[in-house]
Amino acid sequence: MSWWHPAHVGHAVRGKLADVGHGTRLFVQLLRLLGTALRRPQLMGDQIHFLGNYSLSIIAVSGLFVGFVLGLQGYYTLQRYGSSEALGLLVALSLVRELGPVVTALLFAGRAGTSLTAEIGLMKAGEQLSAMEMMAVDPVSRILAPRFWAGVIVMPLLAAVFSAVGVIGGWIVGVLMIGVDGGAFWGQMQSGVDVWQDLGNGVLKSFVFGLTVTFVALLQGYAAKPTPEGVSRATTRTVVMASLAVLGLDFVLTALMFSI
Amino acid sequence: MQHSKNDVWVGLFVMIGAAALVFLALQSANLLNISFQSGYRVTALFDNIGGLKPKAAVRSAGVVVGRVESIAFDDTTYQAQVTLSLQDGYKFPRDSSLKILTSGLLGDQYIGIDPGADEKNLANGDKVTSTQSAVVLENLIGQFLYGKAEEGGSAPGNSNKK
Repeated sequence: MSWWHPAHVGHAVRGKLADVGHGTRLFVQLLRLLGTALRRPQLMGDQIHFLGNYSLSIIAVSGLFVGFVLGLQGYYTLQRYGSSEALGLLVALSLVRELGPVVTALLFAGRAGTSLTAEIGLMKAGEQLSAMEMMAVDPVSRILAPRFWAGVIVMPLLAAVFSAVGVIGGWIVGVLMIGVDGGAFWGQMQSGVDVWQDLGNGVLKSFVFGLTVTFVALLQGYAAKPTPEGVSRATTRTVVMASLAVLGLDFVLTALMFSI
Repeated sequence: MQHSKNDVWVGLFVMIGAAALVFLALQSANLLNISFQSGYRVTALFDNIGGLKPKAAVRSAGVVVGRVESIAFDDTTYQAQVTLSLQDGYKFPRDSSLKILTSGLLGDQYIGIDPGADEKNLANGDKVTSTQSAVVLENLIGQFLYGKAEEGGSAPGNSNKK
């Protein structure tokens, strides 16, 4: 039978539909387990520590360098039009609206998402999840839900750190090194950045990305084949799918939020 | 609830994140200044406001003294009705005139106030009558081309006669 045979196509479509169904069920289950996760703050605290604190250094350093580069590139372009004072506005808007949430989500997928997938995949391969089920402990509410909600809480905070450090990086390059007027740098930024329209939407974006990346990582780990090869594939798929989902969602969210 | 050794670090992490948000809100979005924007309102009619937008600056001698609050179209006079919100601390004579200016060649448009000499000051709800419209680049170019065409049209005509 070749690939275009109706039986093949039907089988493939049915398999994909079943995957989508499993994914959606898990997602709804995780959303409904918010209360359970909050009732055991110790579990969630440990996960916030694992996902957040250990990601903080890479996020802060990346933010600093992205801010540096924005300061340099922005200055060279703006200076041609004699409006280098708008550098602060350019740096702050690009960080708060786009780069903060998106780059943080991509780094978060690489730094924390992979470790989540590998951890859950190995738990599954070692039959720890089955053992929990045997003891009448639901692995979704004991293992997955605290990780999910910890990831959702951590993402906006990390994105805020990224943007703030990036703004400071832009200030270091623009004001301290190149010599743009400091008052104009902050003044233009303050008159151009709106708290709800720009900052609020940026935080909302990073919240959505947190949901996406953490869910993709958990789903890949939970659905991984319980073999070493299956776990390694699931980890790779986490990075690929989470990154694509973040970039695609970013376009949709930007179109919804910032189109006038 | 028992304490764990991670509590300190989790707390620190959440506090750093919150501090970053507060920093962004205060330093880059200027949350505090938005809330105490009290002032008195003055309206003015312009023939053409060009690219003026709400929230544009109102400046006098280059200093920001207020903001454009709203822009509407007045269909009895077919003019643009601009409402300005001027800060309470600054007083201007009633016969001050408003101009729409542009900062730099491609910069944003703002309203400049030229103070007059009246003894009474502008108060809430007053209407400024002396206004000067924005310079619309297309009109300028049109006038320039028209002038050039006239020059160019007359010069060869003169040479033909000779």
